[in-house]
Amino acid sequence: MIESLPRLLNATKVTIELTLLSLLFGIFVGVFFALLRTSKNRVFYFISYYYSYIFRGTPLLVQIFIIYFGLGQVEWIRESFLWILLKEPYSCAILAFTLNTGAYSSEIFRSAFETINKGVLEAAKGLGFNKLHIFFKIKLPIAIRQSLPAYGNEMILMLKGTSLASTVTLLDLTGVAKHIISTTFRPVEVFIVAGSIYLIMTFIIHNFIKYLEKKYSYE
Amino acid sequence: MNIFKKTILTIFASLFLTVSVSADSIRIGTEGAYPPWNAKDESGKLIGFEVELANWLCIYMGKECTIVEQDWDGMIPGLIMRKYDAIMAGMSITDERMKTINFSQGYADEVAQLAVMKGSSLEGMDTPSGINLSLGGSDVKSALKTLTGALAGKTVCVQTATIHQNFLESGDVGSVSIRTYKTQDEVNLDLTAGRCDAALAAAVAFTDYAEKSGKDVVLVGPTFSGGAFGNGVGVGIRKDDTDLLKSFNKAIDTARKQGKISELAIKWFGFDASM
Repeated sequence: MIESLPRLLNATKVTIELTLLSLLFGIFVGVFFALLRTSKNRVFYFISYYYSYIFRGTPLLVQIFIIYFGLGQVEWIRESFLWILLKEPYSCAILAFTLNTGAYSSEIFRSAFETINKGVLEAAKGLGFNKLHIFFKIKLPIAIRQSLPAYGNEMILMLKGTSLASTVTLLDLTGVAKHIISTTFRPVEVFIVAGSIYLIMTFIIHNFIKYLEKKYSYE
Repeated sequence: MNIFKKTILTIFASLFLTVSVSADSIRIGTEGAYPPWNAKDESGKLIGFEVELANWLCIYMGKECTIVEQDWDGMIPGLIMRKYDAIMAGMSITDERMKTINFSQGYADEVAQLAVMKGSSLEGMDTPSGINLSLGGSDVKSALKTLTGALAGKTVCVQTATIHQNFLESGDVGSVSIRTYKTQDEVNLDLTAGRCDAALAAAVAFTDYAEKSGKDVVLVGPTFSGGAFGNGVGVGIRKDDTDLLKSFNKAIDTARKQGKISELAIKWFGFDASM
């Protein structure tokens, strides 16, 4: 049980990396599609709507399989520049995770944007703020604060979702745990250690979000 | 007695009933994803050399058998946790596995071989056609040296927790970059996608895939046996089930004498892989 710890901790780095990179890219994707969704242009609205519909409506495992094993079978993709990215399991996993968390985040941010009090925006207009100013100085900060609790949830879901990286040959925490089990044949002990590491990480995320919520509370 | 209590009791009673029925039948675990050893047909029914052999062995033992499906990477843990009583899943008899479970005598032997896509730079490697790692000698040494040179910096794909992975990790062919997959199917997919420079598995696994998919998968280098590749494929059994081990060994003797193993091997492999 203890002997497996150093290898599992080492693999935790991969898990953290996958989580942070996907969340980082996912925020941009999420904000982008949230803006499309609140746009008055019907085409933008539908693009955003169906993106979120498809990625929230299918399992992450299926998405990662389609991107990794599926696209790899298509010959013209293998011959295109896309293959540089899609050849590597690491970038395939990041791509799948980003698109998945991006879809959920876009819904979180959209609802946050929609709950902004119209009076605040009118006041800003009255004070002579221009559109960019209003977006960056008023809309975005309020939306971020609004979406913190829901987004914290999404961060935790993404952390646990990265365990699927092991299905495309990546040696993340789950991948290495399975690898150790395949030579020691001790699933219970090793998975308990791996599960505890996940638990510690979700504990950190949970408290980080709680801290932010407090710091940016309205009171 | 109220309905709730009754229901609970009925459920418990039925549980005990199934246990008492299965006490006399043997559950055999297999992967169902390693053709031609064991696989599934379109309808999801388990087929393959070992599925048929298992049924014959059970007939010789005079026991009822059920064949249970289990993912490869949980095969030995599943046996220990009593999800089934025996493993017949193309599992080679190795010293490493013998630390945890027992094996019957071997019933068939396979050779492992590297596979690449046609046109690969690894084609035409100058090695003997087969090497036995247990024998050693200058032939083996020079073949391993050739392989070490050819595979340097290459990505070799294998199914996880296999003798093939163990061999690549043993350092006999230097430090190749190894990629592990849950099933042999996924290894085949990534070999044809070009993510793997080469793949290592039972030679029959590749010939079977090439035949069925029509892809240009070709075998290269020597066939491997002995050493990390173990001593043939046998039935995996829990250490404390010595009686079951004896009956399997006896049944395998009978199957061999009657020519059943050879017959099934020729049917599924195209050659006599029995031992």
